[in-house]
Amino acid sequence: MATQRRDAAIVGIHEYPSRDVEGKVNALQIKAASAAKALADAGLNWSDVDAIYDAGEGAPMSGLMISEYFGIKPTVMDTTGVGGSSYEFHAAHALRAIREGKAKVALLTYGSTAHSNAMAIGAGGRGGSITPGDNMETFAGQTLIANYAMVAHRHMHQYGTTSEQLAEISTATRYHAMRNPEAVQAMTDLEFVGIQETSIEDVVNSRMIADPLHLLECCMVSDGGGAVVIASAEVAANCQKPPVWILGTGEATKYPENGGDITTSAGAQSAPIAFAEAGVKPSEMDIAMIYDSFSITVLALLEDVGFCAKGEGGAWVQGGRLRFDRPDDGPALNTDGGGLSSNHPGMRGIFLLLEATRQLRGESTAQVDDARLAIAHGNGGMLGARHSAGTVILGRD
Amino acid sequence: MSDSKTDANVEKKVPTRPLPKLTELDTAEFWQATAQQEFRYQQCSNCDIIVWHPRAHCTGCVDGDLQWKVSAGKGTIYSYSVVRLSYHPFFRTKVPYAVAYVDLDEGPRFLTNVTGVDDPLTEVSVGQRVELAWEEHEELSIPLVKPESE
Repeated sequence: MATQRRDAAIVGIHEYPSRDVEGKVNALQIKAASAAKALADAGLNWSDVDAIYDAGEGAPMSGLMISEYFGIKPTVMDTTGVGGSSYEFHAAHALRAIREGKAKVALLTYGSTAHSNAMAIGAGGRGGSITPGDNMETFAGQTLIANYAMVAHRHMHQYGTTSEQLAEISTATRYHAMRNPEAVQAMTDLEFVGIQETSIEDVVNSRMIADPLHLLECCMVSDGGGAVVIASAEVAANCQKPPVWILGTGEATKYPENGGDITTSAGAQSAPIAFAEAGVKPSEMDIAMIYDSFSITVLALLEDVGFCAKGEGGAWVQGGRLRFDRPDDGPALNTDGGGLSSNHPGMRGIFLLLEATRQLRGESTAQVDDARLAIAHGNGGMLGARHSAGTVILGRD
Repeated sequence: MSDSKTDANVEKKVPTRPLPKLTELDTAEFWQATAQQEFRYQQCSNCDIIVWHPRAHCTGCVDGDLQWKVSAGKGTIYSYSVVRLSYHPFFRTKVPYAVAYVDLDEGPRFLTNVTGVDDPLTEVSVGQRVELAWEEHEELSIPLVKPESE
């Protein structure tokens, strides 16, 4: 802890409340509305922003157009786009820019109308330009869900993991979602059947989508977005809300390799870097905001970031230990309800930072008493195939 | 005035498997060879690394010299899933079907479908031995796999 630095903090947040905008709002408008509210949350204004971070989901050439749209003149621009974990990368880069004295107030935004656009993310085909990797694979009709299912099958084969163990992830996040009015509204708007707490049996008896993953192990496809304001210690001292410090960050990528192990993600590389910088251990975490595109994503990532050894995740999650009201059993998982039960507009990474911040401020709807340390770990791209990992360790005063 | 559109004009096109692009430069030679039902992969004669997917440069060394080899076409299923839900116009007509990563005995791991089984839910498994089963198309063939024959 002696070497831990507190140079930059999350000082403003906003989560766009609607998960179904019915085509009346677009992604850029969600980003701008969220940015304004996050800046107001911090007690700052547009003119204070000198660093902009954008994953490019709202418009092409986003480094140019987003500044104009917001009406800001930043001197640091970063358009890192590595899928759902882009926002953990942005937080890492904002910390470095602030530490270097290149920026004082960084703005991260996200907006998506994936639900209104009826984007077939999970069970659709692959689109876009042809990369050589894709040119070898599109003929096989591997849906995105099937990609994750292949990680689950391999995990089961290597370690004896069961569907009942994977279902623990879904039941814990639904348990939290039922305490979050915005998550309940989201499930209502997206016409979920059975908006209630779920049992292990409910999950494993739900419809098989891609063996071995069931419907209730898959995230929703919603609209949504949000914004995060990160500021220097000097600025943070004068903000309205208590600072949530960025204590450490790590970044990594992984891709298909001959003889590679798809049950281990790039998180095994990024997390140790982040924990070392923060000077803390996984066992000290009160909150685990872990990218939950699917149940297997969380199980593999919990292992990779170091809560338990590789292969032991199935046994480790058993018995409901991931719930927010079991603080003696380790961290609470995705206390907003996660992508499985609150929102997933395509790139969920920003929501990991938002809920971790709410927990460390004492503002969560599934609040862990005296939460002091949190991990936000994002996985972008496709687990088991080409993907990115961004780890952010957060702490309060 | 009668509608000039004939039935033939509005006849539904039967959806087909999405095929690779022969114009993609890194992978063109691989796909061209599939017309002769050859599964080619690259090995560097300088550092010996097997490069997959195909590409123009060696990923093992900076003065690489990639040579094309031909696989004997046998391998093992590394992992798989049976797709029950697809919105793709072709694949939605094929559910349930098995997608698998296959480790060829020579090293390359490729993504494919398992064919030659009556029920993919019970006849496909991790560790299963398989062999290439080519699906012929106009300019190329698709390397599917089927359970290895004795």
